[in-house]
Amino acid sequence: MSDFTSGFWNIFITVLTLVSIFGCGALLWSQSKHKVKLDADGVPVKTTGHVWDEDLTELNTPMPGWWMWLFYITIVFALIYLTLYPGLGTYAGKLGWKSSTAYQEELKKADAEYGPLFAKYLKQDLKTVAADPQAHLMGERMFLTYCAQCHGSDARGSKGFPNLTDHDWLYGGEPETIKTSILEGRNGVMPSMAAALGSDKDIKNVATYVASLSGVEGDPVKTVLGKAKFGACAACHGADGRGNQALGAPNLTDHIWLHGSADNPMEIIMESIRNGRNNKMPAFRDFLGEPKVHVLAAYVWSLSNEPGSEAQK
Amino acid sequence: MKTAPDDVAVIKMYASREEIYPREASGRYASLRWLCVWLTQLVFYGLPWLQWNGRQAVLFDLAARKFYIFGIVLWPQDFIYLAVLLIICAYALFLVTAIAGRVWCGFACPQTVYTELFLWIERRIEGTRSARMRLARQPWSIQKIAKKTAKHTAWGTVALWTGISFVGYFTPIRSLLQEAAGLSLGPWEWFWVVFYSFATYGNAGWLREQVCKYMCPYARFQSAMLDKDTLVITYDTARGEPRSSARRVTDAPAKAATVNAAVATAAASPPPGDCIDCSMCVQVCPVGIDIRNGLQYECIGCAACIDACNSVMDKTGAPRGLIRYSSEHAMTEGWSIAQIRRHVMRPRVLIYSGLLLIIISVFFSSLFFRTQVKLDVIRDRGAFGREVEGGMIENVYRLQIMNTSEAPHRYRISVSGIDSIVLATPDEVMLDGASSRAVPVRVQVKRGQGKAGSNKISFVLQADDDPRLHVTESAVFLASKMP
Repeated sequence: MSDFTSGFWNIFITVLTLVSIFGCGALLWSQSKHKVKLDADGVPVKTTGHVWDEDLTELNTPMPGWWMWLFYITIVFALIYLTLYPGLGTYAGKLGWKSSTAYQEELKKADAEYGPLFAKYLKQDLKTVAADPQAHLMGERMFLTYCAQCHGSDARGSKGFPNLTDHDWLYGGEPETIKTSILEGRNGVMPSMAAALGSDKDIKNVATYVASLSGVEGDPVKTVLGKAKFGACAACHGADGRGNQALGAPNLTDHIWLHGSADNPMEIIMESIRNGRNNKMPAFRDFLGEPKVHVLAAYVWSLSNEPGSEAQK
Repeated sequence: MKTAPDDVAVIKMYASREEIYPREASGRYASLRWLCVWLTQLVFYGLPWLQWNGRQAVLFDLAARKFYIFGIVLWPQDFIYLAVLLIICAYALFLVTAIAGRVWCGFACPQTVYTELFLWIERRIEGTRSARMRLARQPWSIQKIAKKTAKHTAWGTVALWTGISFVGYFTPIRSLLQEAAGLSLGPWEWFWVVFYSFATYGNAGWLREQVCKYMCPYARFQSAMLDKDTLVITYDTARGEPRSSARRVTDAPAKAATVNAAVATAAASPPPGDCIDCSMCVQVCPVGIDIRNGLQYECIGCAACIDACNSVMDKTGAPRGLIRYSSEHAMTEGWSIAQIRRHVMRPRVLIYSGLLLIIISVFFSSLFFRTQVKLDVIRDRGAFGREVEGGMIENVYRLQIMNTSEAPHRYRISVSGIDSIVLATPDEVMLDGASSRAVPVRVQVKRGQGKAGSNKISFVLQADDDPRLHVTESAVFLASKMP
């Protein structure tokens, strides 16, 4: 009801509702009896007195009385309902019912039912959880529900969304690190380097050098010139371009390109340098809670690791 | 004193119900109705107790969204079967109505069946029609209170058992009964047990014919299925009229005071009909109508009046069938029984039966031949075909696999439709009985094969241990343009 900024509409709805309800009652009352003429012997005629087409008359075949009472009961019910539950403008109802609290109660109920299942795994080490077949199925189901929209059903990601099945990790592939990524989310920011590098030519040179780090052969002169300018990038990506997981700076020397490489690697790299990148992985702590994320993180970790062998070490 | 015609009176548009005390009828049709009561109630009360494969044979598990009917397990995807089943029921009702009017109402409708049961209890406790009417007029006494209490307790017991049996179709009845005994039912179970019990008690004990007259929608449109050849319960006016309450005194003129008076009486009145105006047909009628007034929408076709009239005809020595199943045509044209029979097979009936036969055979054959595994293929919406190592184009799908049989199975997934199409993920998946699982799969095609854009492919799921468990589902593979 907060959408209604004017008090007029609250009053309008309240009045309309109450007038309709009492109007129905009045109509019912007024129609439950009917005046008819008496015949020559002083006995009421058996018709209602309605006549059409000169001689077509309506017989009075009364409905059973309980039928009428059912109508009255619905009116009483409506009034009781509107007293207990919200329905009259901003009036909240005696029971204080709200859809949001009802939702929270449903959540609480579900947590009470499934909570112990997750609590059991929360006590276990992530690698042990990853080796549990039941936890694996639970993780898979949660992944398909919450993660597959961005990372794909197969967890291999797509342009802008990291592949979770390889060994290349922006923030580190340890189970605990994965769990932190899911719980707290990540904010991958690469600033625009256009100002630091200078002209478009310089950007192209740096891009050629960056591409050469993972084996894409380019103009050797541009590569050398680009390498000279790479110092601006080294702060995050390291002098050797191997990235920095503490910052979430990608490794530039593998063949993995988060923003794609198939169509035109040079264009994409240049675009990253020129405009920067802003990647956001949302935080799931508030939404899923730690116990669920625990199982989920174990599943994600197992996608790129053989869980059984690791757990035994 | 005469009142002037323009005087007015106030009449009520709603009237209180007039209690009907139907007299017990016995005869061919009463026995038939009791047979129906026995058959339907044996099935209704008994079915939840049968076991099958270590579970309840018939169970509509709403919480798990699975319907178990003996060897059949129906999933929400099988909803079409329920729809077709309802269509079959509707057509069967149309067919039966076209042939013989409201026989469903009079013999098999739950309203009739439970009213019959409740009336039986009422008769055992309160006695015959006249005894019940006398009891109703009596002032309250210990004896009256005792009888009424006994009746309502008996009704309540039957109603409660009906409610428990009903809920027993939706939650296992054996544990339900234990929980009910310990008063530890869940809120919804409580609600439905009480609701259904109360509905039974109210409908069969109190409302009775009012359900048929005022509430039942079928009563309102059944006349659309009737025609002049439909068998309906009819009073043979030609044979019965004029009624004479003193039929046995037909030789009265001879005993009359004067010959002249006797002659005068005989000449003034035509020979009396077979109806002796004993009103037995009215007394047995559960909806309280007089069938001699012709076909009325209130008539539920229970044939109690036929039974009653036949027994009276036997006593008076007149032939049976003054009230009988007959058609409007038969009455106006004076048809014989053979002629009536010949007119049963008319276009309306043939069309109804033909449709019914087709739907029933399609229903059962599809139910019999359906495979107990289901597959939904959902292509990942976010991603197009992508290039992976080895010059392959890859698409990702989510396979929702549902094992609708009750046994666990290992399924093999295969894919076809383009040359060199392969599955890059494990092609085996294990599923427990009556369970489902979403399996992400990757499908690869050599770059350049298939046409650019969308290609039709199909997934096949095959159980290792049973060649009948086999399902094919089509999908689309997106290939990129040739470089």
